Amino acid sequence: MTRTLLQQELTEVQEEMMVMAEMVASAIERSIRALKERDVELARQIIADDLKVNDKRYAIEERCLEIIATQQPMASDLRTIISVLYIIVDLERMGDHAEGIAKLAILLADEPPLKPYIDIPRMAQVSIGMLRDAVEAFRRRDPQMARAVSDRDDEVDALYDQVYRELLTFMLQDPRTIQRATWLTWVAHNLERIADRATNICERVVYLVEGRIQEMNVSKY
Amino acid sequence: MVSQERPSTPVQVPVPRVEAGPVCTPGEEEPVIEVRGLNAWYGGFRAVKDITLTVPRRRITAIIGPSGSGKSTLIRCLNRMHELVPGTRVEGEVLFEGQDIYAPGVDPVEVRSRIGMVFQKPNPFPKSIFENVAFGLRINGYRGDLREAVERSLRAAALWDEVKDKLGQNALRLSGGQQQRLCIARAIAVEPEVVLMDEPCSALDPIATLKIEDLMRELSQRYTIVIVTHNMQQAARVSDYTAVLMMDDDRAGYLVEFGPTREVFTNPRDHRTEAYITGRIG
Repeated sequence: MTRTLLQQELTEVQEEMMVMAEMVASAIERSIRALKERDVELARQIIADDLKVNDKRYAIEERCLEIIATQQPMASDLRTIISVLYIIVDLERMGDHAEGIAKLAILLADEPPLKPYIDIPRMAQVSIGMLRDAVEAFRRRDPQMARAVSDRDDEVDALYDQVYRELLTFMLQDPRTIQRATWLTWVAHNLERIADRATNICERVVYLVEGRIQEMNVSKY
Repeated sequence: MVSQERPSTPVQVPVPRVEAGPVCTPGEEEPVIEVRGLNAWYGGFRAVKDITLTVPRRRITAIIGPSGSGKSTLIRCLNRMHELVPGTRVEGEVLFEGQDIYAPGVDPVEVRSRIGMVFQKPNPFPKSIFENVAFGLRINGYRGDLREAVERSLRAAALWDEVKDKLGQNALRLSGGQQQRLCIARAIAVEPEVVLMDEPCSALDPIATLKIEDLMRELSQRYTIVIVTHNMQQAARVSDYTAVLMMDDDRAGYLVEFGPTREVFTNPRDHRTEAYITGRIG
């Protein structure tokens, strides 16, 4: 085996990407906890931590560019680097969605609770699971697993429908709930987008292994 | 705090075992050369074996592969240069415009005038710039305006502006890059259909190399180009199709993969190509 340096750099950049994915998964989890527990301090921490996620993204991007410029990767090495470049953009945007949920959690903490949270945490659980499993499919170079993960986006879409219908009902029945219900719709929308971006990662796994770009599970939203 | 736990298992970056498909050929292109079951020997040593591929018209086809994989031998078989080395022989067919160049009665000199060649090291004659380009025209009994033909070739080789005021100067006083472009001008002066280039840039600096590459793209509007190169980035930059050769256990070169360059370099079908172009072998 030659090209030890390239191999090492590729390994490191992928490890960094996985660290970033875990930072984002944790931010999403904590944003939902801040929402449920009305924990404003935690929400503020998530907003502050998003800067670290952004920094991580730019650091990884820079390393990828350095590898391209200095090592001229080809074939699967090239696809790996390109996939990492795309995935970190998706991860960063997922981090922004977590930050968005945290901001809404702060707004909602000032208002009386509308209802117990059931479907939104469920959406978060599925979305976070999709994110972690999409990254695992990347690590394993497993397109079958990636396809199975992207199929779970349907479940998130269905939950989103359900949350939306329920919140709409609240708004129709009592206009005083409109503000809170709208904010909660936005929370759900952030989670729906996170699942879509997890699907994007799955598409990259298929590209990485099979060399073709295939759009998966086009979301209805 | 943000969790920054590393994944418990290390990242594995295996070379994917992409299932080897059949050797693909640029089927929709019009062929100018068709190689069929080509074998070439140096005495008892077989240097290339069982090569079948199609060279498409007005495209640049690159031949890449590790040292000793038979790239130069293969390209030299395409215009009967291989047989100039004593003790060599060729089996199989090389069809040029549908006709086997190895068929009895075919004049190898005629073949070489229609399938020209540019070599690794620039090899201008120790004559004037003008005479270098005019040489092939003269021996072919060119009846047109020699000056015009020389200018046309030098322009086509992107050298005219640099030499137009010193056409009588000895060609050996030109820089390496200029000498190589002069050799290209000499090769195209006789209006060949195909220009074979055997590592044309390996003796040149990076700037001269890029000039030759630009020139190749220009020339491919009118000529079919086949280039042997050790430089994979060059093959990726300049060619439309890429053939990958490897050396077998018996040290004979064989064709591993042939296809559009963009596919060969981004998503090769054969794991040996993958290993070679990612630098894992060779």
